[in-house]
Amino acid sequence: MSIKQQVRHFILTNYLFTEDPSKLADAQSLMQSGAMDSTGILELIMFLEEKFAIKIADDEMVPDNLDAVDNVVAFVERKQAAR
Amino acid sequence: MIESLAHRGPDGFGYLQEGPVGLAHARLSIIDLSSGDQPIANEDQSVWTVFNGEIFNFIEIRAALERAGHVFRTQSDTETIVHAYEEYGDDFVHHLNGQFVIALWDSRRRRLLLARDRLGIRPLFVQRDGRRILFASEIKAILAVSSQPRRLDVDGLAQVFTFWSTVGERTVFAGIRSVPPGCMLKLEGEREELVHYWHWSHPAAADSSRLSFDEAAEQVRELMSDAVRLQLRADVPVGAYLSGGLDSSIIAALVRTRSDVPLRTFSVVFDDAEFDESSHQQIMVRHLGTQHTSVRCTHGDIAASFPRLIAHTETPIVRTGPVPLMILSEHVRRCGFKVVLSGEGADEVFGGYDLFKEAQIRRFWARRPESRSRPQLLRRLYPYLRHSPVGSAAYAESFFGQGLRDVDSPFYGHSQRWVTTRRLHAFLSRDVQAQMAGCVPEAALSEMLPPDFARWSGLSRDQFVEAQTLLFGYLLSSQGDRVAMANSVEGRVPFLDHRVVEFANQLPARYKLRGLKEKAVLRRAFAHLLPPEVGGRVKQPYRSPDIQSFFKDGRAPAWVEELLSPQRLGSAGYFDGSAVQRLLAKCRAGRAIGFADNMAFVGILSTMLVEELFLKRGEAAAAYNAGLASAAAAHN
Repeated sequence: MSIKQQVRHFILTNYLFTEDPSKLADAQSLMQSGAMDSTGILELIMFLEEKFAIKIADDEMVPDNLDAVDNVVAFVERKQAAR
Repeated sequence: MIESLAHRGPDGFGYLQEGPVGLAHARLSIIDLSSGDQPIANEDQSVWTVFNGEIFNFIEIRAALERAGHVFRTQSDTETIVHAYEEYGDDFVHHLNGQFVIALWDSRRRRLLLARDRLGIRPLFVQRDGRRILFASEIKAILAVSSQPRRLDVDGLAQVFTFWSTVGERTVFAGIRSVPPGCMLKLEGEREELVHYWHWSHPAAADSSRLSFDEAAEQVRELMSDAVRLQLRADVPVGAYLSGGLDSSIIAALVRTRSDVPLRTFSVVFDDAEFDESSHQQIMVRHLGTQHTSVRCTHGDIAASFPRLIAHTETPIVRTGPVPLMILSEHVRRCGFKVVLSGEGADEVFGGYDLFKEAQIRRFWARRPESRSRPQLLRRLYPYLRHSPVGSAAYAESFFGQGLRDVDSPFYGHSQRWVTTRRLHAFLSRDVQAQMAGCVPEAALSEMLPPDFARWSGLSRDQFVEAQTLLFGYLLSSQGDRVAMANSVEGRVPFLDHRVVEFANQLPARYKLRGLKEKAVLRRAFAHLLPPEVGGRVKQPYRSPDIQSFFKDGRAPAWVEELLSPQRLGSAGYFDGSAVQRLLAKCRAGRAIGFADNMAFVGILSTMLVEELFLKRGEAAAAYNAGLASAAAAHN
């Protein structure tokens, strides 16, 4: 599975409790759409660190990196490229 | 009907059949143990009453009524009700200081009055069943005789899955209404009138006060001292809960000032440090020299007692917090106590919750939304949470910045909480979602707003909404009356003496929230009675473990797995089975840590228990009850 597929699958099953792909648009804000609350971010970070073997610093935990599928995918790709 | 309420009154039963009316009473004898049996009548037996609760100022009312010529036959507080009605008519409730529900039959006028105390400390439900009106302290008594079909009220469920409770008259049982706090239902022939005799009210924009901060603190001190004096009235010993927080410590300290007898105190302790407050409890125990009993509550205890809890709450709930308090009241009763005082209500009355601070910070920030420093104040909230919503500053700003400028919304302080709770709706089945289409839980609340609400201070508006939702519907009910009465224990709440509420509601917001210091005027009033570790302590809300209580090594108790199996979920029809299975998988993996997941699990499980315990008819529910009782016994 591509990074995007894995991220989408995680968000769909963990926050939206569904596998219906139509429930999640790649550009949609996870917080503003109610998919994720402020504690949900911790779950997402644990998933990304384990799944993609990256370390996420405190100052990287910002909505620009993590608040939509597109943002998350671009962030993970940047982190992996920097390794 | 009355047999189903034996837990509320195991000390005796009484009945009256008079014309078209039947009154029944289960007695928990606390005042006038020898002659206080109910129903009780006036001198010529034309007025009859049964009541649940206490009239704390019955001595003063009685003296006034005797001066007016009324003749009393007992020493009970109940008898004051019938004479006060004769003397004052329907206004008699204004003379009562207490926590009560009253059914009063005036045989001359052939009218029935059903009255509930101002703050709704005691419960009261009614249902029209053909030409009959059924009324009782708990819904199970109505279900015992009603011929109406048993159905879940989906709008009520939508409210629980938004506010944590139903609001106003609604319950989760279709056709069964709650008489709201501060209301009297008058029934005469076919006519029915609901009268609000008391309102939770604040003055318009109360920024000024004729009292200085210190003068206000002095009055709080006097009022609370008198409230405790009245609420210690009983012909049985009175104990107190001691959570380790400011509020119950104040109550215990006030009791201590009134008696040389060592006070008996009770508390819950947890193994998990995130929830446990035993170190502060011990500080107060040493400070006051109380005779203290603490009850350790494990994850297994919470899971095993949960079905019994729902049998008492009679509503779905979204947190397990009431369970340890039900376990605690069981110990209170075993220790020989029928009455305990608690600190409930202080947070609503004096502005104790983080929600109030959060809303004040957001209002402050909203005046200059471009400010970078104002949202930094949010980082001072929620220091007690392991998974804090302000753990990441950027996320906190993003989360709490939603709807920032919507400061005129009546629900400004609460709407974000409700969005989080409302995530439960995603688990509802398509059928239930379709039935809920068009249901806006906030609309019911909007109808309850007083006409001058928009002119109240922001904190007053938040306090009102908090009272109508969490206080009335949850804390005083599922986490209050119901869990105490489950074990035949009466909880008393001096902070909700209506004189205290009325006085505090008149105070300016800045007397309650001083900067970000909550309950400032209360702290000032009682600093001299408390050790500094408690008097200056930042509020830690009472909570208990939710999902963690039900999953050990990735497995839930068999009854949970069975109740949440696809078959059972499918036959009940309320939830989307596949969504629930995904949530369960997350719970088993130990990954469900957020507020929303915890509320979803507890909400779904408790809704399924409401279905099993109350909505399924006859033998199925009885068999299920018996099975749960034996499962709980096996755990113990």
